[in-house]
Amino acid sequence: MNFEFSEEQLFIRDQARNFLSQESSAEVVRSVLDTDLPFHRGLWQQIVELGWTAMAIPESFGGLGLGYLELCVIAEELGRSLAPVPFSSSVYLATEAIKSWGSAEQQQHYLPRLASGELIGTLASSEGPGALEINAVIRGEGLRGSKLPVPDGDVADFALVVARSEDGIPGLYLVDLAVDGVSRSVLTTMDPSRSQARLDFDGAPAQRLGEHAIDGLAALDQLFDRAAVLFAFEQIGGAQAALDMGMAYTRERYAFGRAVASFQAIKHKFADMFVALELARANAYYGAWALSSDAPDLPLAAATARVSATDAFYQVSRENIQVHGGMGFTWEFDCHLYYRRAQLLSTAIGTQPYWKEVLATRLLAAA
Amino acid sequence: MDFNDTAELAEFRHRVADFLDANAQRRTDNQLRGMEGEQAFLEGKEWYARKAEAGLACLTWPKEYGGAGLTPLHEVIWAQEAENYLTRDAQFVIGIGNCGPAIMHFATEETKRELLPRMASAEDVWCQLFSEPCAGSDVAGLRTRAERRGDEWLVNGQKIWTSGAQYSDYGVVLTRTDPTVSKYRGLTLFMIDMRQQGVEVRPIKQMDGGQHFAEVFFNDAVIPDSYRLGDVGGGWTGALTVLMSERLAISGVQPTGFPQFLDLVKSLELNGRPIAEDPLVRERLATWYSRYAGLQAANKRMITAVAKGGIAGAEASLGKLVGAVMNQEIANFACQLFGQAGIIQDQELSPEQAHFQKTVLFSPGVRLAGGTDEVMRNILAEQVLGLPQEPRADKGMAFQDIPTGPG
Repeated sequence: MNFEFSEEQLFIRDQARNFLSQESSAEVVRSVLDTDLPFHRGLWQQIVELGWTAMAIPESFGGLGLGYLELCVIAEELGRSLAPVPFSSSVYLATEAIKSWGSAEQQQHYLPRLASGELIGTLASSEGPGALEINAVIRGEGLRGSKLPVPDGDVADFALVVARSEDGIPGLYLVDLAVDGVSRSVLTTMDPSRSQARLDFDGAPAQRLGEHAIDGLAALDQLFDRAAVLFAFEQIGGAQAALDMGMAYTRERYAFGRAVASFQAIKHKFADMFVALELARANAYYGAWALSSDAPDLPLAAATARVSATDAFYQVSRENIQVHGGMGFTWEFDCHLYYRRAQLLSTAIGTQPYWKEVLATRLLAAA
Repeated sequence: MDFNDTAELAEFRHRVADFLDANAQRRTDNQLRGMEGEQAFLEGKEWYARKAEAGLACLTWPKEYGGAGLTPLHEVIWAQEAENYLTRDAQFVIGIGNCGPAIMHFATEETKRELLPRMASAEDVWCQLFSEPCAGSDVAGLRTRAERRGDEWLVNGQKIWTSGAQYSDYGVVLTRTDPTVSKYRGLTLFMIDMRQQGVEVRPIKQMDGGQHFAEVFFNDAVIPDSYRLGDVGGGWTGALTVLMSERLAISGVQPTGFPQFLDLVKSLELNGRPIAEDPLVRERLATWYSRYAGLQAANKRMITAVAKGGIAGAEASLGKLVGAVMNQEIANFACQLFGQAGIIQDQELSPEQAHFQKTVLFSPGVRLAGGTDEVMRNILAEQVLGLPQEPRADKGMAFQDIPTGPG
């Protein structure tokens, strides 16, 4: 049995870590958080040049032909560095959807351009508060309806929109976002280091994904399962960074004549954070294995990875503020960057109640 | 990442499966094996003897000491296969898992060849004698004295919370041999023959009514110097070996309560409706499964590290902490589900033969035994995360000068 990434994968991870510690520093994250910039174009350009957007795309479509495990180690580092780029939207969601269900023609058109960074894609599923409901609909050639929030919807070149066909069947539709019939507005969110938009479609041209009609809801489930594993790696990366930050600070800060980190009340908090993170990491690893080997228990493994990663990042980012005391509540300290990102990642592709229900359903259906 | 067995391990898995098929009953849902009492003890002796006969006892121990001379990976395969059967594997985990490694580390070759094979086959049963009424989490503060008389040591004092002392032939005992130096430096570790006049065992009646543990009184109990494990004054090093082994040993059989809860959720109907449809039950099921699955996967990571030549470290404390807490939470939740009838603890009337009611009453002990939740958190924080140690009021003091409470 070998339940660890390979030497090559760990090498990719270390390279990514070194690169991002330089190029996705807190200053870079704040340059997006504190301004109207939707994402950091310089960082995105470098990421594209490093081949990360091409990583899991087959060589025949201009990709590197690597697997999901390589993508998992990159995701962990993007999470750790809070990278302010549209990677998850373009890679975990748009690229994966086209890879899985796109027609030959669609794959030929989109995949090389996604690999080269010429195009940024995203997925538009949510239509507002509550469980996922699909009211967006195709009438004639055009798409009508609204989607919000759409991650990177203000900057993406195209979106895969979950909408109903004229006879009411949910499917995925490719929509160019820079055309008449699409209006976009930037949303104010809890994490402005990543942009979100509202998209309104008023007869926008839409092309069905795939040569034949697919079961849109089943496809969405599969897409979310894969993304859940990748998001879980972003979440554990972020949680590890927040844990490290809290420990470093309380080791150096003294109160009552001793390091704050030496008080049991604080140490036990860290122990609990570590426990949550280690469980999440172990589940994410299992999810990575299931994803990379397309194992039958991927659906259960993905939901499990997602649930525990969401718990861990919330707990660690929240308690990191607490152990910092008052300074943790300032804009100046970076604690809130992790806390905001934890909120963002926990709502992307469905919140905790949704994923817990998914987990329970799958667990009870299994053997 | 790859979970496939090598050819050699696949063959071993077959061998284990054949043995289990021939010697143990397959576990079906809802079947639990009780852990207590004389009958469990006798069944345990028989089970270990059969394993030893088949060359499947103490898989990682060298053959000359009664083991199978195999690797931790073989042990994992055993555990994976045995999970589906009702076995007595947990019965002597303290002696074999804790005392065994210390003896292997410190005893003379002759002693090892004499005692270890009998331990492996459970011909001899062992217990671990560390905790005392005034030395629990601070076990180095223990007071049981050992005084040298020629080639022998005379032992006086009291131990407590000794698992299975009433059934044990031997024990590993930590004693104070010098109260004039610091508490860690005045300790010495011994093996002791429990079947002698100077040793009196009194089972403790636990809050759940069971008698898993005992108090042990030493009145001029005799230990030959050849039974000393390590140097005089070097007992703390030996004790740490034992305690680390204990957490590893326990982490393999640590109850989490989850499999029983899953069985319950799948099978129970209340008010004419499966509880599996209750949103609150489903939420709890998902939460606990994510922890349970995390422990399973974390265990796989630990095994990978061990297979690559690393050592399983203090991370084992994580399994102990998570499992023990979850076990109690699950039992309490299940009883609450049963409504007013949740209070009934009756094999006939309560779901799952009253497993959850029994666990409500037994689970507090699991959070204390083998290191409390709080000790586990200290270990994780200090030894794994490397955070500063707790300041100690007794630092640098001779043991005899350390203040004690009125008790």
